[in-house]
Amino acid sequence: MTAPQQPKTAGAGSGAGRDELSHATAAELGALLDRKQVSSVELARHFLDRMERHKDLNAFLDVRPEVTLAQARAADERRARGESGGLLGVPIAHKDVFVTRDWSTTASSRILKGYMSPFDATVVEELGRAGMVCLGKLNCDEFAMGSSNENSAYGNVLNPWDKQAVPGGSSGGSAAAVAARIAPMATATDTGGSIREPGAFSGIMGTKPTYGRPSRWGMIAFASSLDTAGLLTLSAQDCALGFNAMLAFDPKDSTSVDRPREDFTRALDIDCKGLRIGVPSEFFGSGLEPEVEACVRAALREYEAMGAKLVDVSLPNAALGIPVYYVVASAEASSNLSRYDGVRYGFRAEHYEDLLDMMRKSRSQGFGQEVKRRILIGTYVLSHGYYDAYFLQASRVRRVIADEFQRAFQQCDVIAGPVTTGVAFGFGEKTSDPVAMYLADLYTVPSSLAGIPATSIPCGFGRAGRPVGLHLMANHFDEARMLGVAHRFQQATDWHKRVPAGY
Amino acid sequence: MSLKIADVHRIAHLARIELTDAEAQVRMDQLNDILAMIEQIGRVDTKGIVPMSHPLDGVQRLRADAVSESPDRERNLRNAPAQQDGLFLVPRVIE
Repeated sequence: MTAPQQPKTAGAGSGAGRDELSHATAAELGALLDRKQVSSVELARHFLDRMERHKDLNAFLDVRPEVTLAQARAADERRARGESGGLLGVPIAHKDVFVTRDWSTTASSRILKGYMSPFDATVVEELGRAGMVCLGKLNCDEFAMGSSNENSAYGNVLNPWDKQAVPGGSSGGSAAAVAARIAPMATATDTGGSIREPGAFSGIMGTKPTYGRPSRWGMIAFASSLDTAGLLTLSAQDCALGFNAMLAFDPKDSTSVDRPREDFTRALDIDCKGLRIGVPSEFFGSGLEPEVEACVRAALREYEAMGAKLVDVSLPNAALGIPVYYVVASAEASSNLSRYDGVRYGFRAEHYEDLLDMMRKSRSQGFGQEVKRRILIGTYVLSHGYYDAYFLQASRVRRVIADEFQRAFQQCDVIAGPVTTGVAFGFGEKTSDPVAMYLADLYTVPSSLAGIPATSIPCGFGRAGRPVGLHLMANHFDEARMLGVAHRFQQATDWHKRVPAGY
Repeated sequence: MSLKIADVHRIAHLARIELTDAEAQVRMDQLNDILAMIEQIGRVDTKGIVPMSHPLDGVQRLRADAVSESPDRERNLRNAPAQQDGLFLVPRVIE
């Protein structure tokens, strides 16, 4: 056998093999580390090797093996000093909207090319404190605006299941990296579905917690009343472990919720008997691909077999989530992105006449098309004479949608449905029609507007053999139960264990 | 109501985005498509409903007015496109 780059495994003949490492969940890697069957340095090398081998996916934007290996050595030293358990020494990769001191941070924009943050985002810091080893920074849609990762200034990310398909967005690099088992876990951000949609398209689990639970400090701002950090993982258990580390009150974030830390693994063994699963008819409309519906209905039957009860619920205005979102998120983006003026950091145009011209040219050349589109929409809906009709009305309809969720949760414990109307689409299929692209987030936007936790769980394959996700949503601060419900499904099925061919 | 070319130029000016006439035309069509989709929100009767600006209706938290950290000037200037003597350089503003 020729495998010159085979990582050295620990002695005693019980070393972990290559596939065992690649296809292991973060929890399983933690257990291998606990049993000293592998070291953090070996794990880091293993995943860095895989990254190199699957470079064509274009999932990573900045990789610095020497920093990764130094972090891995530090984790091994912590273990040597007697620390153990959890995620200590397990690799992770971060979406490029989390600022990092040791890797550049660009939010996949030309305007931030080469930017080196003076500090780490709180989420990065918390996961680092838990001992997770960072593999590098992940490609995404520019400023997290997009549903296909086609808006990155640094090129498309390929879907490991089918290289003709988009991986989803905006967290496309995070999804592709985890799906291809280049990273056992990745951070991501959700503003309107940017964790769940790529999770569904890439056949892995994508979870956003309650708004305000993860810190936004050091997360490059897109729409501040919506932006929520979350995770792409291989299992509900991994997500719970990751949330244990990263969800904490942060005085540096003015909208951070001041609640004590929680053990999100506490409900993993929840009994689904008697669980009320709300099924909104609005999520099974005419635009839904029949194969996606079939997978989701089969998943619901699986829950019924476990003793859960399906309850009809109604979210009559959920379909207005998309227009509300494109007012609120664009308005907030136009304000947040006004900071990029070519003065203090980022790209500055080469030729200009005066200060105003410098700012205008720097922004015009530095931002991509979609980002400019949203800034223009946002500027318009906030402008004099239109603010009431657009921004205020959208903010009111947002509450109408959020209230409908609250009414639904009086009848059920979790809400379930499809994550997307269809499976991953092909490159270029929707780029010329922004409205069609926006509708990719039809089912994910309402829960983002309401700020509730939600997840996408692999539940089958649809058209062209591309993955399908089951959507679970829970009420504010009910992450632990939601993850328990997801975990039960993963114990009864093996969709989350499917690995794309060649990985 | 749809946007005219002059509206697009006015919005672009407010947003500090430069548009050529050809770009403005393309933008106008895209923005009008998006606005047509957005118009639907006008259908909802929202009389008496308080606009939602925070999903948990949180309010801005205040902190003690105390020194917490001091800026590291060198680090903060490191990303500036142009700097001199510890200052950000911009084109002359006052003649």
